[in-house]
Amino acid sequence: MADKKLTVAKTGNEAMAEAMRQINPDVVAAYPITPATEIAQIFAGFVADGLVDTEFVTVESEHSAMSATIGAAAAGGRCMTATSSQGLMLMAEMLPIASSLRLPIVMPEVNRTISAPINIHCDHSDTMFVRDSGWMQIYCEDAQEAYDSILMGIKIAEKIRLPMMVSTDGFIISHCMANIDLIPDEEVKKYIGKYDPKTWLLNPEKKITIGCLDLQDYYFEHKMVAIDAMRRAKGVIKECCEEFGTKFGRKYSFFDTYKIDDADVAILAMGSLTGTAKVAVDNMRKAGKKVGLIKMRVFRPFPADELAQVVSGLKALAIMDRSDAMSGLEGPLAVETKAALYNNDRKPKIHSYVYGLGGRDVQISELESIYNDIDDLARAKKQFDENVTYLGVRE
Amino acid sequence: MEKRKLGWKELPDADSIEAGTSAEFKTGDWRSQRPVFHKENCIQCLTCWVVCPDAAIIVEDGKVTGYDYDHCKGCGICANECPVNKGKGKDDVSKRPIIMEDEKKFQK
Repeated sequence: MADKKLTVAKTGNEAMAEAMRQINPDVVAAYPITPATEIAQIFAGFVADGLVDTEFVTVESEHSAMSATIGAAAAGGRCMTATSSQGLMLMAEMLPIASSLRLPIVMPEVNRTISAPINIHCDHSDTMFVRDSGWMQIYCEDAQEAYDSILMGIKIAEKIRLPMMVSTDGFIISHCMANIDLIPDEEVKKYIGKYDPKTWLLNPEKKITIGCLDLQDYYFEHKMVAIDAMRRAKGVIKECCEEFGTKFGRKYSFFDTYKIDDADVAILAMGSLTGTAKVAVDNMRKAGKKVGLIKMRVFRPFPADELAQVVSGLKALAIMDRSDAMSGLEGPLAVETKAALYNNDRKPKIHSYVYGLGGRDVQISELESIYNDIDDLARAKKQFDENVTYLGVRE
Repeated sequence: MEKRKLGWKELPDADSIEAGTSAEFKTGDWRSQRPVFHKENCIQCLTCWVVCPDAAIIVEDGKVTGYDYDHCKGCGICANECPVNKGKGKDDVSKRPIIMEDEKKFQK
C-alpha cells in the first residue's frame, strides 16, 4: 500500500507530463501538435530545469520523432514521445516497425480528430486509424487514469515487449483540470525499476542487426512472433493491473463496469464520455430503469472473451463509437464487439452509435434518450431501421 | 540437402540477428566479368582499394595481394581508375596491373 499520496490539481496533459518526469526516460524525441503539444512542452521545461536526465531531441516532424524514438529504443534506451491526430498519422509508417521490432515505447496520445476538414477537437479517429499497427492501446476516462496508465504502461510494455499508446480525449481531458492523486517519486522509481532490454544495439559484447530483409520463406514466421506477443499481452496487462491495484490502491482492468450486475441494458463506450454516462446511469436508476455502463479501457489487445462474457447476459447494448470506420458499416468498437460475440449463444440486441465527431459535445439527456431507446429495444417495443445512429447529426 | 526451415516458435523473439552477416552473403556470383591481378605491373598506390565499392581488394601489410571474388561484383572501377592502366598500360596491355576478363572463362 502506498504510504503517502499527493493530491494535486492537474490537467490531463500536465498529469501525463508528470508521469513522464517520474519515469525519467532516456530519450524523448518530440514534435508539437495541438492538443498534445503541452505534454512535450511541459516535459521540456523539466529537462531545462534539470529535473530529469532525459536527452530531449527536438525533431522536424512526427515521422522523425517516432524514428528517433525507435532508434534510441533499439539502442537500449527507455524512450517516449507524444502526439495527436495528423502527427500520429505522419508517424504511422514507423508504428508497425516499433511493434514488430518489439520496442517497449510508451506514448501519451491525445485524441484529436483527423483531417479533412481540419479540426483540433476530440474524437477517436486518430488512434482508431492506427489500430492495426501492433501497438497496445488504452483509452482513459480522465487525468487520473492517464497518469496511472502511463506508469503501468512502462511495466506492461517492457514485460511483453510491445509499444503502447495511452490516450485521453483532446481538450476535454487534456486541458481540463481535475484532482489527481500522485504517487511519490521514489515509489514510482521503485515500481518501474531499471529498464533491462533483452538485446540492444549499443552492446559491443553482443553485436546485432535489426530490421533485416525478410523474404517469402520467413516473413510470415517472424510476423507470427509479433502477433503472438499481442495475444499474450492480455495476460501481462491483467497481471500488471493487479500489481498496481495492490501497491497503489487503484484497480484497473481491460474495462470497468458501473452498475452492471443487475442491468438489463447498458452502454459500451470509451474515453471521457464514460464519465458523463455514469451520471446518466444514476439518473436512469433513480427513475427505476435497470441500466449500466461498460467503460472499455484496453482496446488493443481486444479483450474479446472478457467483453463477450460481461455483455452476453444483457438484453440490449448500445455501443458508442467516437469515430466512424468509413467502411459503410459502423464504428470500430461496434464491429469488433460484434465479432467477439459471433460465437456466443447468448447475445444482447445491439444498436450502435457514432457520436461526438470533431469534438461535438454529448449531453446527459442524449445518453438518457439512448438508454430509453435500448430499453425499448430490449422489450421489443422499438426497432431501428439501421444498425447505426449518427448521434445528433443534422440531416 | 536443404536445411529444414524453422517454425515461428523456434525463432528468436525480436527481428534481430547477429551482426556482420552481410560478409556471408556471396555477391560475387553476380559477376559477368572479373578483374585479374598482374602483380608485377602494380605500383602499390592502393587507388583500386580506395575506389572499390565492395571492399573487395585484399591488402596485406600495406600491399595489394589480390581480390575477394566472393564479393567482387566485377564493376571494373578498379581497372578504370588504375593510374598504370591509364598511363603505361593504356596502349600496352601487358603492362596493366588489372585486366578485366570474361567471367565465363573462369566458370567450370
